Amino acid sequence: MNEFAAHKRSDTVADTRVKASLGSRLGFGVLYLILGILAVIQIYPLFWLFLFSLKTNQEVFGMSPFALPQQPQWANYPKVWSQGHINLYFFNSVWYTVVAVLLTIILASFVTFAITRMNWKLSKFVLGLFIVGLMIPLHSTLIPLFNFFKHVHLINNPLSVILSYTAFNLPVTIMILLGFYQAIPREIEEAGVMDGCSVHRIFFRIVLPLTTPVLATTAIINMIYNWNEFVFVNTFISSDRWKTLTVGVNNFVGQYLTDWGAIGATLMISILPILIAFLLLSNRIVEGLAAGSVKG
Amino acid sequence: MKAVMSNKSAIALYVLPALLLILIIIYIPLVLTGYYGMMDWKGFAPMKFIGLDNYNKLIHDSMFWKSTYHSVLLGICSTLSLLIYLAVSMVLASRIKGANLFRKIYLIPMLLSSVAIAQLWSKIYDPSNGMINHLLTSMGVQNPPLWLSDPNIVLFAIFVPIVWQYAGFYIIIYYAALKNVPEEVIEAATIDGATPWQVASRIKLPLIAPVFKVTIILALVGSLKYFDLIFVMTGGGPNHASEVMASYMYGEAFSKYNFGYGSAIGFALLLICLLMTWLIRKLTTSGEDVQY
Repeated sequence: MNEFAAHKRSDTVADTRVKASLGSRLGFGVLYLILGILAVIQIYPLFWLFLFSLKTNQEVFGMSPFALPQQPQWANYPKVWSQGHINLYFFNSVWYTVVAVLLTIILASFVTFAITRMNWKLSKFVLGLFIVGLMIPLHSTLIPLFNFFKHVHLINNPLSVILSYTAFNLPVTIMILLGFYQAIPREIEEAGVMDGCSVHRIFFRIVLPLTTPVLATTAIINMIYNWNEFVFVNTFISSDRWKTLTVGVNNFVGQYLTDWGAIGATLMISILPILIAFLLLSNRIVEGLAAGSVKG
Repeated sequence: MKAVMSNKSAIALYVLPALLLILIIIYIPLVLTGYYGMMDWKGFAPMKFIGLDNYNKLIHDSMFWKSTYHSVLLGICSTLSLLIYLAVSMVLASRIKGANLFRKIYLIPMLLSSVAIAQLWSKIYDPSNGMINHLLTSMGVQNPPLWLSDPNIVLFAIFVPIVWQYAGFYIIIYYAALKNVPEEVIEAATIDGATPWQVASRIKLPLIAPVFKVTIILALVGSLKYFDLIFVMTGGGPNHASEVMASYMYGEAFSKYNFGYGSAIGFALLLICLLMTWLIRKLTTSGEDVQY
């Protein structure tokens, strides 16, 4: 394209944009108003939860639900932290999540490397097996899994939960990694082979380090899924010793129907780690969720 | 190069652990679900083969069809709500200031567990101290609905937090797709005198059609799998008015210990999910040929 055409084109676009902005400033105002209202709808329930976590029962039951707490009851938080095993559940959630995320990422990296960079006949079929996993309802596997874990004595054992998390998160993790691996230039491996590297050396020393950014993204997505998971823990774990926060919070809240301050504080504790992660890493989370679904 | 990258033992080493894991945790259980569906198997008593009796019972079980109907209804509503998400992302993607901030704010509910969302919304729906009924009574409504205990509206009441939870997720998917539409195409059309409406309907929508297809599958199949939120909010009640396939299966298996019958429901759920996926892919591919 020559310079003149480019210049003329940007002029026309600029022209139409000026006209449009003069004509539809009101329209833009309305759009912002709608976007703003939607933002309030998405945020306000959480703010409301935070408010009632700081209230006394008299305030909850005697005053408007929109009123601010008169004297913020910060003590609700330490109170519920040590009550009803919430602290134990919290640390269970942390380590289940960490172990499952690491396991998923390592296994998914292995598979994606073998599928995208190595030559073998069944690679398409195996990839298909992993990707179809995305469409499978985990509830359809629940009864046989329960039966299986019972037979191998893994009921009330964290391993049953961690293995289930890993298996069900492999498909989405592989899908996010896939595009990234395909974009790595072949020359990098060729250079490695020239220098006499083995496959393992190429994978661990060259390819895997290159994928660190996308690994971070998949780690965060996995963390969100695992932290919030409910069905597997609720089915495979009945002992308080091994429950996670999601299930523990649900049981705890179910038992204390009337102390809204305690309920609010418990729920806040269960969502705070994710909210903090989001504040720190929101770009990665947004990109990761988009990448994980669009490529299907 | 070729010899190194087709090292059979290395391939096995990299693929087998994950492959074994998904076979043991996902695929073998799927086959077993179908098989257990042919068993009379209650709790701790040994199982007994009864052929297709459970599946026959399933076909005539009005409760099963009711829960299927509820699941499909939620799926259709979720699919329709995609249009709202699409409209919002179109606005966000049209060079609006602060779009990035908005889509991040919209996403926040998606990060929370369904359990936390269910507990929170139970409080929002609370008849006497909840936000909604307080608003309604202060606006002069005499008898505001008992959202979660009225069988006629409970499904609707459950659908609202679902929309709330997933709004940001679909909006970022559409936003990413719309941002991938090449800028030159849009500018060229604008120069040729296309209105913003024409640009949206004739250029952007057809170009993001594949993504729209994926989200329809996600929304529909996701709804068929819906469980946590309903299990916590209503447990399928009152009187099964919010029962869905997954909650019916869970109740039969893990509350009533009808593992055989529960397996049959689980297998039906699998078939319906796969059927839906196949159907949507089929329908949307034939539709694409007609377009542009």
